[in-house]
Amino acid sequence: MSGGTFVGMPAFPKAAHEAVNNPTLRGNLRHATHTIRAKRAVAVAELDDWAALREAGKQIKDHTLRHLDRYLVQLEESVTAAGGIVHWAADADEANRIVADLVKMTGESEVVKVKSMATQEIGLNEALEAEGIHAYETDLAELIVQLGKDRPSHILVPAIHRNRGEIRDIFAREMGEWGRPAPEGLTDTPAELAEAARLHLRDKFLRAKVGISGANFMVAETGTLMVVESEGNGRMCLTLPETLISVVGIEKIVPTWQDLEVFLQTLPRSSTAERMNPYTSMWTGTTDADGPQTFHLVLIDNGRTDTLADEVGRQALRCIRCSACLNVCPVYERAGGHAYGSVYPGPIGAILSPQLRGTASEIDASLPYASSLCGACYEVCPVAIDIPEVLVHLRERIAEGGQATREGNKVVLKPAKGHAAERAAMRAARWAFSHPGALRTGQRLASRTRRFHPRSLPGPGKAWSDTRDLPTVPAEPFRDWWQRTHGGKDTDK
Amino acid sequence: MRVALFLTCVNDTLYPDTGRAVVKLLTRLGVEVDFPMAQTCCGQAHYNTGYRHEAEPLARHFSDVFGEYEAIVTPSGSCGAMVRELYPRMGERARAEGRGDTLAATLAPVVPKTYELTEFLVDVLGVTDVGAYYPHTVTYHPTCHGLRSLGLGDRPRRLLQAVKGLELRELPGADECCGFGGTFAVKNPDVSAAMGADKVHNAESTGAEVLCAADNSCLMHIGGTMARLETRMRPVHIAEILAGTEEEPSA
Repeated sequence: MSGGTFVGMPAFPKAAHEAVNNPTLRGNLRHATHTIRAKRAVAVAELDDWAALREAGKQIKDHTLRHLDRYLVQLEESVTAAGGIVHWAADADEANRIVADLVKMTGESEVVKVKSMATQEIGLNEALEAEGIHAYETDLAELIVQLGKDRPSHILVPAIHRNRGEIRDIFAREMGEWGRPAPEGLTDTPAELAEAARLHLRDKFLRAKVGISGANFMVAETGTLMVVESEGNGRMCLTLPETLISVVGIEKIVPTWQDLEVFLQTLPRSSTAERMNPYTSMWTGTTDADGPQTFHLVLIDNGRTDTLADEVGRQALRCIRCSACLNVCPVYERAGGHAYGSVYPGPIGAILSPQLRGTASEIDASLPYASSLCGACYEVCPVAIDIPEVLVHLRERIAEGGQATREGNKVVLKPAKGHAAERAAMRAARWAFSHPGALRTGQRLASRTRRFHPRSLPGPGKAWSDTRDLPTVPAEPFRDWWQRTHGGKDTDK
Repeated sequence: MRVALFLTCVNDTLYPDTGRAVVKLLTRLGVEVDFPMAQTCCGQAHYNTGYRHEAEPLARHFSDVFGEYEAIVTPSGSCGAMVRELYPRMGERARAEGRGDTLAATLAPVVPKTYELTEFLVDVLGVTDVGAYYPHTVTYHPTCHGLRSLGLGDRPRRLLQAVKGLELRELPGADECCGFGGTFAVKNPDVSAAMGADKVHNAESTGAEVLCAADNSCLMHIGGTMARLETRMRPVHIAEILAGTEEEPSA
């Protein structure tokens, strides 16, 4: 995988094909997801009140989303009062333009970045590059992805698809191009890899005048932003530069400081299986002679209010980006993160991307089907997002069409292309199932012709018979046996 | 007690042995079983593929056929979950769309009295030892809808442990999906097949002769994969195990 963007991705089944047949990738993913899912289960089981915390998180988020207008205004007032400057961006282009202009105003051409999903979602690094501004990722995994000219494949562990040997090769080959080269004779031991990254990044932290971050949470009542992280790189970016620009999705608000209590328990246990994350950084506007002297908050919509308008789909906006759903998902484990065509892979990506971006593209129309609906994602979600419910809801929109909100307007979507044959089959099946007599005739026909059934199926069924044997049709369907032995009355209508 | 057997369209058409086993088992336990001949399909495949409006008439038909019975028993976790979990949701959606309470009112009566087979045995009949005999090594795969939608918990395993002659072996990664997922198996064949193959390899590692589950759709996928991978294991529905006795053993 190379190239920084997901534009023009093929549908999920095609994109997944490569990963499924790549044993190294399958091995990396299996090892990483199984390790973290086992640890998460232990960390969650330690808390007696996990179910209550999960419900509280869900309720706080739902309440906030229901009154988002009010809390956003309150947040803007609090941030402004604390010396920050708030900017509003309707979409990715507007957000990127605002950030690029803010950086240019400082006269700088380099920025250091804290790992942030929002800036990845809008493609900020690429947009800044086009303006002659170099954005350096400082999170270890993001650094690996950036140096490898790769794409992230996991929300929390963007380089989850890479093993240590691959990382060593990337560091040895690429670090020199971006700044301080990797030490001579670098091996693939974790300590040496971490030290190489530390030395490389230290130069950048000490030189940078501008930092760019996202935020895990924004507190409306105080105007405080918060980032939780594990490596300390974020704290360097948040405190050393003169100017700090935070780019955050509008749904990241909590009303009060006290609400953080819930999420600071559920997020680290769900994501890294830690009782508490190692670094929790908070900032409220600016403070004289301490930390950045200029603070900008860029609030991005980028499809969020459209998503909020959907009664079933809006629960996706509760997401706190913990990745627990990715780590338990059997589909993610085999398909890998790149197949989802978005910075949001896995089950949450399958419901978030088609809502934020719409279902017009091939990849977005295929994502709601990238699940066996096994429900493991819902079970682990710390804010109880019923992902299977939203998947089925979005399938309905794609298969049958229906009402949606795009750019604030109610639109009626037509069924997506390529579903006509399926729709006809579903209608025919519904007709047969609505007429028990027709069903019975069909069953008898299948039984009588059973010796002539093909071993492989034509059309879409071919995918089934390519890897699995078909069941043989029995000589007598149950209902015929029942009538023969129990004399059931035939109630053909 | 008189119950209606909801066999499901898949069992009726492809796995009639499971239906015969349920009849034999319940009759042995003193339950009077009826099979309403007008039954067809619960609409799950339609609903889960995104054709809710095609599923609605099937749900109404289900309620018409089964509404009068005291209890409805089905040997399928996923079809049971369709009635219990998704019928109420269909009613709510119709209401949210301004279509009134009619659908909800039509579907409501069947929801609380629909039981998956092992639930019915343990919760309603109050038995875990059903007097079965099955002299084989067995590993149990708890299917996703039985496990997470219906919350069957350890009921199937308790029933199996009480079977005379049966040796139960733990399945590694038991709660991971087998990769069937209805139309998922056709729409995402590579991923589905990979999940199926992993499930089969895990099952094989137990050395058991039989992989047992409470859902023939999952067993169709797992069994089809076993046949293709030429394993010596075979898939068997739990009803067929529980129906066997020393006088009349199951295969």
